[in-house]
Amino acid sequence: MLLLFLIVPLTGLILLNLLSKKAAQGSAFGFAFLIMISQMVLSLLIGSSMLNKDMDLFGSFFLIKLTANPYSVLMLFTIGLVSAVALVVGKCSNEGDNYKFNNLILIVLMGMNGVVMVNDLFSLYVFLEITAVTSFILIVLYKKRNALEGSFKYLIMSAIATVLMLMAISLIILTVGSLNYSDINLYVAKLGGSLPFPVMAAFVMFVSGLSIKAGLMPFHGWLPDAYMSAPSSVSVLLAGIVTKIVGVYTMLIVFQNVFASDKRFGTILMIFGCFSIVFGAILAIGQKDFKRMLAYSSISQVGYIILGIGIGTPLGILGAVFHFFNHASFKTLLFVNATAVEKQTGTRQLDKLGGLASKMPVTGGTSVVAFLSAAGIPPLAGFWSKLIIIIAAWQALEYSFAIIAIFASVLTLAYFLVLQRRVFFGELGEGFQEVKEVCAGIKVVEIVLASIIVGVGILFPFIFDFIKSLGLL
Amino acid sequence: MSFSDITSDQVVMILVLLGIVISAVVAVTVRDLLKAAIALAVTSAILTVIMFIMNAFMAAVFELSVCTGLITVVFISAISLTRPKTKEENVKIEKHKLRRFVLLPVILIVVAVSLVLLFSKLNINWAVLTGTSTESFADILWKVRQIDVLGQIIIILAGVFGVIVLFKERDVK
Repeated sequence: MLLLFLIVPLTGLILLNLLSKKAAQGSAFGFAFLIMISQMVLSLLIGSSMLNKDMDLFGSFFLIKLTANPYSVLMLFTIGLVSAVALVVGKCSNEGDNYKFNNLILIVLMGMNGVVMVNDLFSLYVFLEITAVTSFILIVLYKKRNALEGSFKYLIMSAIATVLMLMAISLIILTVGSLNYSDINLYVAKLGGSLPFPVMAAFVMFVSGLSIKAGLMPFHGWLPDAYMSAPSSVSVLLAGIVTKIVGVYTMLIVFQNVFASDKRFGTILMIFGCFSIVFGAILAIGQKDFKRMLAYSSISQVGYIILGIGIGTPLGILGAVFHFFNHASFKTLLFVNATAVEKQTGTRQLDKLGGLASKMPVTGGTSVVAFLSAAGIPPLAGFWSKLIIIIAAWQALEYSFAIIAIFASVLTLAYFLVLQRRVFFGELGEGFQEVKEVCAGIKVVEIVLASIIVGVGILFPFIFDFIKSLGLL
Repeated sequence: MSFSDITSDQVVMILVLLGIVISAVVAVTVRDLLKAAIALAVTSAILTVIMFIMNAFMAAVFELSVCTGLITVVFISAISLTRPKTKEENVKIEKHKLRRFVLLPVILIVVAVSLVLLFSKLNINWAVLTGTSTESFADILWKVRQIDVLGQIIIILAGVFGVIVLFKERDVK
């Protein structure tokens, strides 16, 4: 059943390119959109246990073993959601050749689905590379000069990350003898606290590689440039899901499946996480560009997820995954807002913008919902996930990390207030009298994402009961 | 260990390793792109030799045919499409040339020392390396690592689209 998440996009992609040029260009958007929607439906069906995920559709033809737990099913849903949003943004923003974008997004989709479902470090590496290579191409899609520079930076940083991860993989196969998650976890658990030096080195290399890919604080150099220079639909995709899956969710997989039995690894992650939370937020306050501010905010929010992973208790992991989902919904919404503002006003400079809420009510209103969720204001979804992470830190007796996380929330509120004040409220910027609301597709997407944020927040007690019934806590 | 203890195998290995370091450094530092591509081919040819010495025959065959052969051909054909630099441009590059590589020996030494330290502590699981498993290469590739083969297909598609995006120009008039 899980193989469908790879086979459907792959067959779709090949079929699409077999059509005549005119038919392919006409149907590419609808085709890709249909695949994303079916991914969301399929993951919902599996998540609600209506379909057995182990159901074998392909008999003995494929010997591929994929695994999915409730968290990865949620990830598959999120991947489908954000990719569908990026598709709509690409269609509406009309920056250039949409056909290539629609094709490439299917490849990214397969890469991310693979990352979520494989259960072997080398296969993980293969799918990470698929996602990374496609991201480089997506950033330079319209061959703007800035985009080439941003993509090149990403390429170099990503190559360094790749080398580190390959070294780690080779060290693990030399000492453990297998790359399967469960084999490595057994090996680590058996040795307890006295891990051999190569395994420690492998962990540090792997985490450094993934931190580069996630854009965590000391390794964040490439991230704002890549987000800013990419076409708007691609920046929605990158910020909303791609870097989060390749960096952050992979970190969770590697930590949970491979290294969880050693407490020291968790502490390293918590320090990394808090560092990102605080410095990402501080750097975000000073930014003058809408998307650049969102990029730094991403770095800060990813810190919370890493903190949750590092705590390592079931509650911490739940908080991390839930914040991951919330971050994907509110950050995607904010990037869609940024795209809408840029498309209608022609600028992203915060100094020039202002007072747009009266001209663009849907964009302005939904951006308030997104930023309140990001800042952790009840009863929106972001509040619950931050609360869970902080409670988990407190329960694990990591008081200092919990306090840092609480105070950094105030910083989040600060930079988003600055952003709201300068873009949507205050006096209307010069020459914006004639600005109109953005096209219908983007408006629908904004409203859908905002309703997810509000809905998940208000219905959270029911969701929590459901999570308990799954036995995750 | 005195010098008399070193076997001929070890001498060959040391020479080969020296050769790969030298050709790799040449590939990075040489100014002419064509020479750099050839030095890279030499590096990967020596890597093939190392793989043969270490009994990794399949890996050696792939390295020789793909990295040494195919990729060099692609590089050289791409380079032959470019325009060589003028003298003035060369002088400009020449100025900063040495400064660029100041850190190279330092990095090489740091990497070498850390690798030696790392591997001296490595408790290698030799069963993996000598390949005691009875499965053939084809079995492992097509049965055990099927998912990676699927990944390979997807990454080739990504490469195709990359070439289309970057190099296919539409005439805009």
